[in-house]
Amino acid sequence: MATEEDNTVREPLDLIRLSLDEKVYVKLKGERELRGKLHAYDQHLNMILGDVEETVTMVEIDEETFEEIIKTNKRMVPYLFVRGDGVILVSPPLRS
Amino acid sequence: MLFYSYFKTLVGKEVTVELKNDLAITGTLHSVDQYLNIKLNNIRVVNEQKYPHMLSVRACFVRGSVVRFILLPPGSVDVELLHDATRREARGG
Repeated sequence: MATEEDNTVREPLDLIRLSLDEKVYVKLKGERELRGKLHAYDQHLNMILGDVEETVTMVEIDEETFEEIIKTNKRMVPYLFVRGDGVILVSPPLRS
Repeated sequence: MLFYSYFKTLVGKEVTVELKNDLAITGTLHSVDQYLNIKLNNIRVVNEQKYPHMLSVRACFVRGSVVRFILLPPGSVDVELLHDATRREARGG
């Protein structure tokens, strides 16, 4: 029991366990990104995040110049449940 | 089972469910099951201009797999409880 409580990363989900109550970056399907505090997760990567900033990126093609116009929409959500099947990656906070 | 148990504690509260087709529905959580299928009562669509076809619908069942997000009421999130439950779940496998 005690060995499983330590700070070593033995399996991929351990990395996420160590990010509990820390700010994480989550990349989702559909060019969506979340940054928020990780409060809960399970083996499906269902998650509850707090103080979440959601960024949705859209690329539009200018009809005349065919240039790509990148638009980002941001919004803040106090508490968000995220369904795991949309998750591409979870990254622990950057420690500086 | 963590999120199933958690959502059971939210029964009766108002939540906003954002679906994978971008439709967002606010309603009172009536019930939830192990697949995180949910039933909502007294629903309203967040962007009614864009999605007018739901105006007459009062209650609906949402298949868990089409949910993208659920916006939770801030007052009903016990952060410490969630941390403990998550650690317990991570140990138990």
